[in-house]
Amino acid sequence: MPNFIMSYLGSTVTPGEAGNQFWALMYVLIIFAGVSVAVIAMNWIERKALAHFQVRLGPMRVGPHGLLQPFADALKLMLKEDIIPAEADQFVFWVAPLIGLLAAFTVYTVIPFGPSQAVSDMNIGILFMLGVSSLGVLGIVVAGWASNSHYPLIGALRSSAQMVSYEVAMGLAVVSAILMTSLNASGTGTLSMIGIVQAQQQQGVWFIFKFFPLGFIALVIFAIAMIAETNRAPFDMAEAESELTAGYHTEYSGLRWSLFMLAEYAAMIAVSSIAVTLWVGGWMRPFPNLLNAPAWDFVFSLFPGLTFLGLAAIAFVGVARMPAHSFFKIQRIGLAVFAALLGFIALLLLVIAVVGRSADTSVAARFREGIDYVYWFVLKVAVFMYLFIWYRATWPRYRFDQLMRVGWKVLLPISLGVLVVTAIVGVIVS
Amino acid sequence: MSARANDSTKDVSSLSNLDLETPEKTYLDSNELIINMGPQHPATHGVLRVILKLDGEKVLGTECVIGYLHRGVEKIAENRTYTMFNPYVDRMDYVAAVSNGLGYCEAVEKLMNVEAPARAKYIRVILTELNRIASHQLWLGTHALDIGAMTPLFYTFRDREEILKIFEKYCGARLTTHAFRIGGCQYETYAGFEKDVKNVLTFFAPKIDEYEALLTTNRIWLERTKNVGVISGADCVALGVTGPVLRASGVQWDLRKAQPYAAYSEFDFEIPIGTNGDTYDRYLVRMAEMRQSLRIIEQAVNGIPEGPIMGKVPKVIKPPVGEIYHSIEAPKGELGYFIVSDGSTQPYRLRVRPPSFVNLQALDIMVRGLLVADVVAVIGTLDIVLGEVDR
Repeated sequence: MPNFIMSYLGSTVTPGEAGNQFWALMYVLIIFAGVSVAVIAMNWIERKALAHFQVRLGPMRVGPHGLLQPFADALKLMLKEDIIPAEADQFVFWVAPLIGLLAAFTVYTVIPFGPSQAVSDMNIGILFMLGVSSLGVLGIVVAGWASNSHYPLIGALRSSAQMVSYEVAMGLAVVSAILMTSLNASGTGTLSMIGIVQAQQQQGVWFIFKFFPLGFIALVIFAIAMIAETNRAPFDMAEAESELTAGYHTEYSGLRWSLFMLAEYAAMIAVSSIAVTLWVGGWMRPFPNLLNAPAWDFVFSLFPGLTFLGLAAIAFVGVARMPAHSFFKIQRIGLAVFAALLGFIALLLLVIAVVGRSADTSVAARFREGIDYVYWFVLKVAVFMYLFIWYRATWPRYRFDQLMRVGWKVLLPISLGVLVVTAIVGVIVS
Repeated sequence: MSARANDSTKDVSSLSNLDLETPEKTYLDSNELIINMGPQHPATHGVLRVILKLDGEKVLGTECVIGYLHRGVEKIAENRTYTMFNPYVDRMDYVAAVSNGLGYCEAVEKLMNVEAPARAKYIRVILTELNRIASHQLWLGTHALDIGAMTPLFYTFRDREEILKIFEKYCGARLTTHAFRIGGCQYETYAGFEKDVKNVLTFFAPKIDEYEALLTTNRIWLERTKNVGVISGADCVALGVTGPVLRASGVQWDLRKAQPYAAYSEFDFEIPIGTNGDTYDRYLVRMAEMRQSLRIIEQAVNGIPEGPIMGKVPKVIKPPVGEIYHSIEAPKGELGYFIVSDGSTQPYRLRVRPPSFVNLQALDIMVRGLLVADVVAVIGTLDIVLGEVDR
């Protein structure tokens, strides 16, 4: 058994490609668990960050600094009565959140966390990803229709119209990035997610800086379209609270409602991953070509450990700053344990970085590499996730017709122009 | 003064087609949708119910259903003495309770033909203007929230606290203040009142800039508010709409200038007006009003005279037989009290002319042809308080 497990660690291709079904399944489970944890963490971070934007504290009561709030909420939602309105289409109502959830999670099969850290490397990865992620809207439309109620119906219709308007601009922006992958000796590009990152590696530049500002504009278009695609502020028309009470999920409650939330956040992470893969170099650390000495490799491989060390330090400062009153005793202990846990992870990561610093094929070196890849990927995705929160705190909501106008009359021409200019510049350069 | 007289002569033809239109005929043969917005809805500012007739997202017509917060304030007045009724008026427009109290006290004073002493008038002006700022802040926060900007709400609530603290120190209450009495003020200002008020003055000017930085030039805010809910000055006058909504439509009508009450004739301030009568202009007018209020407060607190705070009012208030209509410029518009006295200690009839109630009439003509999202923006820009609409 250990041999069977270890056998894959030496492999340099994804388990899907190697035909290793055990590891493919393991990856699916790891990603499912990881994304769920990320959604829970995102929930807490969003509430805290949003609160601090708005001069309030956010959750503070359940656990130290509200750390257990997402778990409490999840528990509450699971225990709630499962209500299906009598007039609703029972089966469709039941299946709608599952469609959204399935679409959001299926996307992760092709997201490369590293050159071999993906479930599978499809040669049409990006197409698969765009196709599946746009299926998410089906869940919303179906939910709105099945609720048999006016507000959800309007929310669902808005959502579908919005999706149609922004998919186009989004797709064109993606195409301009794919064009850039073909700027090599053989002149052939790739649609594979891993291939796209490797193309950036070969060309020695993240596509965001390629043909500046063309790559950058494409990323901006994609970044706008992905907010619209995931129904987040300022494009959160489908669930505009002040207009449609809760939009398409007005009639949903309890676990079903939380599945929608889970799908929404999973979709946010998924589209951010596409942006990171296409334009910001995926799993690559900064300056892989400029600072390519093994010493630099070692320095950059310390980052994961140092990050966790920093988090642990913040948590310890939190412990020290807690009021000395006995009322806070349990919270203080809890936070200290959490800080110690973070510190332990930091230590573990640092040990792996030090032990695995030589570039041989030992298990430690493989682990070190894998951790580096995932770390840089997650860090880049986190930046995009922070932008989602920032937008929500800053901007008013677009109106429905204005959103359509921005999609069709602003983003679409720009993305078309970027695509054409990229093609021309690419031909001239090569 | 003349503005009202001039505008009322204009025609009101745009009001003539108030019947609900039929939806556009399309090949889809779409049916219109009837939606109940409210009485439980996040954006109706309380318990307003708006029945919307929609063609897709387009609003074909609206009907307001009010009365969910009806407490019979006017009838209660007939069973209370003049003094006992005073706290009830605070519960109408509960975000601008001081203005309500001022209007009521001045109306009864006028009926009894007494006058509050100069110092009391100055205190009244200071507190009323502070309350105007507080009311406008609450409007700004909720209006921005309706349009989707979450953050201004918390900024305005944070800053509004400074004003509420002054109220609390002055009379012990934060919202339903019952700050004034018939004939003057019950309480002398507390030690440090002037310092607190001056603090607010220096504290607020940059805060208003902060709100404006978030919204005034924000592209999305401009798109959501410009040319939304347009109403002409003539329509405003025909419907009796007053306050910032009227002024944003270009009619320079402010009772503080037109029929000065309290000590307003002694202060130098401007009446900000708009030109287009859209939601953005109403926003700008209210923002400018906050600054003008600061100006008034500054003059008042610097020139506050010494002297008594209660006029010569008998212990038992018993106005002579007669009737009186007195109106003031509340934050939301003209707040009028019509009191009929039969010579007893209780009003024979008391009628309130609440600005929110009258302004709400304009909702229908303002939202016709707009989208559902604009209904929310227009309800917000009308700045209604349901406690005052329903009374």
